Amino acid sequence: MRRFSAFAIAREALRHHEGWGRTWAKRPPKARYDVVIVGAGGHGLATAHYLGKNFGITNVAILEKGWLGGGNTGRNTTIIRSNYLQDPSAALYEKARSLYETMSQDLNYNVMFSPRGVIMLAQTHHEVRGYKRTAHANSLQGVQTEWIGPERVKELCPIMNIEGPRYPVLGGLWQARGGTARHDAVAWAYARACTDMGMDILQTCEVTGIRRDGGRVTGVETNLGEIGCDKLGIVVAGHSGVLAEMAGFRLPLESVALQALVSEPIKPCMDVVVMANTVHGYMSQSDKGEMVIGGGTDGYNNYTQRGSFHHIEETLRALVETFPMISRLKMLRQWGGIVDVTGDRSPILSKTPVEGVFINCGWGTGGFKAIPGSGWGMAELMAKGHSPLTEAFGLERFREGRFIDESVAAGVAH
Amino acid sequence: MLLLTCPNCGLTVEETELAPGGEAHLTRFGPASGDAEFEAYLFLRDNAKGVHFERWCHAYGCGKWFLAARDTATLQVFGTYSAQTKEPPAEILESIAKGRAT
Amino acid sequence: MSRRLKTGGRLIDRDRPVEFTFDGKALRGYAGDTLASALLANGQRVMGRSFKYHRPRSVVAAGPEEPNALMEIGTGARFEPNQRATVQPLWEGLSARSQNAWPSLAFDVGRVNDLASRFLPAGFYYKTFMAPRPAWKHVFEPFIRKAAGLGSAPTEADADRYEFKYAFCDTLVVGGGIAGLTAALAAMRAGERVILVESRATLGGRAATDGAEIDGKAAEDWIKNAVEALEKSESVTLVARCEGSGVYDHGYVICTEDLTGFKADKSGPRERVWRIRAGRVIAATGAIERPLSFAGNDIPGVMLASAVRDYLLDYGVSPGERTVIVTNNDDAYRTAKALLEAGLRVPAILDVRPEVNSPIVRDIKDLGVKVHMGRGIARVHGNDAVTGVSVCLQAGDGAVMQEIRCDAVAMSGGWSPVVHLWSHCGGKLLWDAERAMFRPDPARPPTGADGEGFVKTAGAASGALTTAEVLADAAETVGGDAPSTAVVEEAPIRPVWVMPEGAGPKLRAKMWLDYQNDVKVSDVRLAAQEGFESVEHAKRYTTLGMATDQGKLSNINGLAVLADRLDRTIPEVGTTTFRPPYTPTTIGALAGEARGETFQPLRRTPMHDWAETHGAYWEPVGHWRRAYCFPRAGESHADAVSREVKNTREHLGMLDASTLGKLLVRGPDAGRFLDMLYTNMMSTLKPGRCRYGLMCDENGFLIDDGVVARIDEQTWLCHTTTGGADRIHGWMEDWLQCEWWDWKVHVVNLTEQFAQIAVVGPNARRVLEKLGGMDVSAEALPFMAWADGTLGGVDVRLYRISFSGELSYEIAVPASRGAALWSALMEAGADFDVMPYGTEALHIMRAEKGFIMIGDETDGTVVPQDLGLDWAISKKKDDYLGKRGQMRSEFHKPDRWKLVGLETLDGTALEDGAYAIGEGTNANGQTVVQGRVTSTYHSPTLDRGIAMGLVARGPERMGEVIRFTRIGQEPQEARIVSPVFFDPEGEKANV
Repeated sequence: MRRFSAFAIAREALRHHEGWGRTWAKRPPKARYDVVIVGAGGHGLATAHYLGKNFGITNVAILEKGWLGGGNTGRNTTIIRSNYLQDPSAALYEKARSLYETMSQDLNYNVMFSPRGVIMLAQTHHEVRGYKRTAHANSLQGVQTEWIGPERVKELCPIMNIEGPRYPVLGGLWQARGGTARHDAVAWAYARACTDMGMDILQTCEVTGIRRDGGRVTGVETNLGEIGCDKLGIVVAGHSGVLAEMAGFRLPLESVALQALVSEPIKPCMDVVVMANTVHGYMSQSDKGEMVIGGGTDGYNNYTQRGSFHHIEETLRALVETFPMISRLKMLRQWGGIVDVTGDRSPILSKTPVEGVFINCGWGTGGFKAIPGSGWGMAELMAKGHSPLTEAFGLERFREGRFIDESVAAGVAH
Repeated sequence: MLLLTCPNCGLTVEETELAPGGEAHLTRFGPASGDAEFEAYLFLRDNAKGVHFERWCHAYGCGKWFLAARDTATLQVFGTYSAQTKEPPAEILESIAKGRAT
Repeated sequence: MSRRLKTGGRLIDRDRPVEFTFDGKALRGYAGDTLASALLANGQRVMGRSFKYHRPRSVVAAGPEEPNALMEIGTGARFEPNQRATVQPLWEGLSARSQNAWPSLAFDVGRVNDLASRFLPAGFYYKTFMAPRPAWKHVFEPFIRKAAGLGSAPTEADADRYEFKYAFCDTLVVGGGIAGLTAALAAMRAGERVILVESRATLGGRAATDGAEIDGKAAEDWIKNAVEALEKSESVTLVARCEGSGVYDHGYVICTEDLTGFKADKSGPRERVWRIRAGRVIAATGAIERPLSFAGNDIPGVMLASAVRDYLLDYGVSPGERTVIVTNNDDAYRTAKALLEAGLRVPAILDVRPEVNSPIVRDIKDLGVKVHMGRGIARVHGNDAVTGVSVCLQAGDGAVMQEIRCDAVAMSGGWSPVVHLWSHCGGKLLWDAERAMFRPDPARPPTGADGEGFVKTAGAASGALTTAEVLADAAETVGGDAPSTAVVEEAPIRPVWVMPEGAGPKLRAKMWLDYQNDVKVSDVRLAAQEGFESVEHAKRYTTLGMATDQGKLSNINGLAVLADRLDRTIPEVGTTTFRPPYTPTTIGALAGEARGETFQPLRRTPMHDWAETHGAYWEPVGHWRRAYCFPRAGESHADAVSREVKNTREHLGMLDASTLGKLLVRGPDAGRFLDMLYTNMMSTLKPGRCRYGLMCDENGFLIDDGVVARIDEQTWLCHTTTGGADRIHGWMEDWLQCEWWDWKVHVVNLTEQFAQIAVVGPNARRVLEKLGGMDVSAEALPFMAWADGTLGGVDVRLYRISFSGELSYEIAVPASRGAALWSALMEAGADFDVMPYGTEALHIMRAEKGFIMIGDETDGTVVPQDLGLDWAISKKKDDYLGKRGQMRSEFHKPDRWKLVGLETLDGTALEDGAYAIGEGTNANGQTVVQGRVTSTYHSPTLDRGIAMGLVARGPERMGEVIRFTRIGQEPQEARIVSPVFFDPEGEKANV
């Protein structure tokens, strides 16, 4: 694979950029692979990447029904943070965050990780206690966070109104090394690296069945024919239930729509990410200048990648209250993603009742920030059968009553 | 912004008047049940991409619960019916068969 | 040079000059002008700078699709960035500024990016800026952010208000061109209620500009008659300056109406958001002309042919003196005609089609205009303004055949129907090769709740191009007769996606597709070359169509280039998804009136005003506000809380407890029902008595607690937490309606019907006795009993319950009497040193007593057994909600965290949320924890820190000292003790 650099660009410029090759290869599928990953989103591609990088497993195919990175990887609000309360979550998200720090260099692809800092606002006394609790937990988890007072919040984000008449800002949980990244680029960077290791990425390849022999997976049926495999990873976000049904088991999941929107681009005015859970909204400014805004989910099952307008209104109402200056900006575009939500709103990274089949799902609204950590842990789980990163996220936890509930501290949206 | 008809008060209302309540026709398993049954009752969901039987409460209206058969991929509503039902009534199933055929 | 013509301008009023400024320069236009037309009239062609290369740009369009002429309008609290000059009506005193240029529009140092554009192809930033690592955050990213971003950020809160309007109709017509008018008239005649919205100030659309004969009348007259007829009808609502923004599921349509954006008087709401429910939606949204991709097609002076016509005929403005027309269809000849009629020169028409012989082409040729067939533009000359074009064969590689001097270029690449409203909810498109357009596929409309299509398109939005087609389509859509008009013969379009066909890389690198985002033909080809083959990939990699115009001009051209590079057909490549809104919509308008105090509803207890006037420091609790404490002058909140606790323990305190949930549960099966809801027995409670109860969810987790009073044989009153009132009411209804529907029980939420006052402290009985009216003695009303009676002449229900460990009564009265009773008690209490106390004193006193608080000791993962509340769990019952959940293995692990008291060795308070540090680290390298603090306070009563917490095997470890985290400091040591710190024998309440 050709290395990317400023010099490479300069060289190519002289021949009108006609020398750049494909970012990821396009090849017909082989008859069988050691590992097949279904879903070429960030999580699936990262899983494949670390299978190769950490375990030398490179006879891998990643199958994608649509276009690579076209699910929630390309539809989220790109927030990266690891200030989670529960130990297993903090471990997973901090692993991910630390991998994001060096991802551009590791993958030689600029994913524009921008550690600009994330503030989670406390606007009730209950939230104050919740976030202080998180700060204490983080101090033992190796996650650097800090409880900050309202003045510091204002200093970090001058456009915020901290004296809103209804919910004055009482402080916040600050993670200076949280931030954002260019979501599409994360998928493209992993795809390029997977190709580099000789893996096959098969787009417009839809899985229609999962082949088993005596409780063990043997391959998948697809619109491109049958593809054999020893191990199968299902990493398909909103469509996990559909794939699980093919494999013959059910999941503790419901798929709902999550909406997001962006404003028109404006000059830089906000250097941090702000999440306000009391009023339900979060916002950051992209490098292009758009205010990137997310809110809540619809409470009903939905596979349409659209959502109800009233959620957009509620989110904007909350954000105009928190950032009065956005009132005269204009909403440019709104969209929805399908997110799958589990019984404890934490993800599932797990073996399944079918031997050789592994599943990664249930990220709800918070999957993007976890991509590298999730891929790292899933790769280890698939290669070795266990991983400390994924151990607590097994499917069996629902039967046992062993939940990983992140909403307990302050009703935190992921 | 979904529109559903509350069979209790007969009004066709917007989703903002309603509170969604998840999958319908779940059987409650109590202390006499095994782990698997209990897990299935509490957590496992069909999560159908297609016809979904689901619970709704007319929360900002008559306050009554009702059930709906709705396609989660097209959002077509095949009908709403009483919450005091163990399974979808025949006319709802007919409506589904008819609706899906077209 | 652009200028105002001596005559003409259908929409302007030359008798009403309007003064405005642009970049501080005083200019004049006319009423009816848009900012863009007025600027052109003043010779101001350069109106903005592009996003990436900072190239000078002028208007290319005359409508909402404009990608270039974005401006900052107004100042201060009425400042608005990124407004399109083409849709901004001129008003007296309007101040507009150019954006994305520094130091000035004419000289922008960002232009250096243009010179370096060769080194900045699509996605270049993915390939560089990676080393050294910190440089991205500290050098490259700030630079990119500053260069990007178009307009400035507003700095002030919005001075304007916005409003909502709800409307219902049988037919909603979006678009007031002749198609929309025809549809609305037909619907009106069919007796329907009709709403017609039109985004511009005037109805009629293109037909009024382009002229035609309809029903034997000039188009303008026909339109006038149609509008009059619609206005006269009571069943029709016409709304101008109102755009159809978005179509949402099940036929919910959002339209946004401009109320003050077009005038100097800014009083009243700025915009109105219409939420319309319609039986059917007719999208008569017209079509947008496409640019052609030739080198230099972004140089100021290059415009859409239809826009040239609009400026000429609607505003009396000429974009140039010598306009070369380049086209692949007949429509651009109308522009030639308009230019000639205005006395302007058309040096040549370059028509890519090899041979055309339609009437309009013949007409133009007859007027002596040179029409060059099979030709195109190899390159436009000029920097800040067009100076000429090089002509080439369309079929060639760009070899120059001729140079033509000109100062404007009018281009037409054909028309694309505006299918946004059709597509928002999933209406599908088909590729019409003959017309070279994606148009709605009538067989696959967006479907509603009933599975039927609910959007139809009419006129140009359906793909109709001529007046006759438009009228026929509109009439057919609604089911009426089409107005008559002459059928004009037109020659077919010849799709052209790159001009010339064989253009090499040098030319392709100067052909703009997306003007604002600076995406060129070469960029899309590069994306394809690098494997970004899906149209979504190409869009995201190049940013094609992601600018503020959302690809209205660029999408079709871009995907055609992509298709060509991939050797696929256009329909194989497909379109990206159309997302609402149609054009950018003001965020404040969507947020509406709910701002400041009215952001959310505020619930007030009957004693709210008293607390307000007595200096309450409020805390939000749900939609309620509760007094946190009542600080006196010069007193800190902590001091106030301390005083309130001490006074209550020593004398008398009063708390407004009205927010507690009060649910009346009644019926023959009420006892059985409550036995299922609570973990303990409620059916055995005797009338006149109270019992503390716990409620769990099916997982077994504790979700609410409170005192239950049995009123009579069939009636219980259940108190819930403040936050639980509505939730638990809903929970009860859910079980009664959906699981045990044959049980005869009903539930009423009486929370707001009653005010509740806690009278607490050693003097509590005395103050009640002073008010008089009922026996409140220990004998008549023992602990955990209740009685109806009167106090001070007010009918009350009196509960002898305590959440503080003190002698305590809670008095419930009808809400309307709450304030009066509160005042009477305060007055009577004066002799007994009464003070009001707030929620923080309440919390401290309960913690001193070791009482748990939902939300502190519980967090949704705690079962009652964790809190030592086994005594409140009936062992006799076969079942209650949560029982099965609590049987699971996780809750029976020996090292489960359980409730204990915690006492620091140095007497200070533990920190809120502190964790107990365990031994070593886990497999993920995290320090092992063995518990956490759930409540911690400085106890004014004991004058030291007290805390409750959950600790692994806690109750078995009494006396053990463990360490708790402190932020930024060494850990703090605390001893495990009983959670009851104060009056463990309960003597104080037992009097």
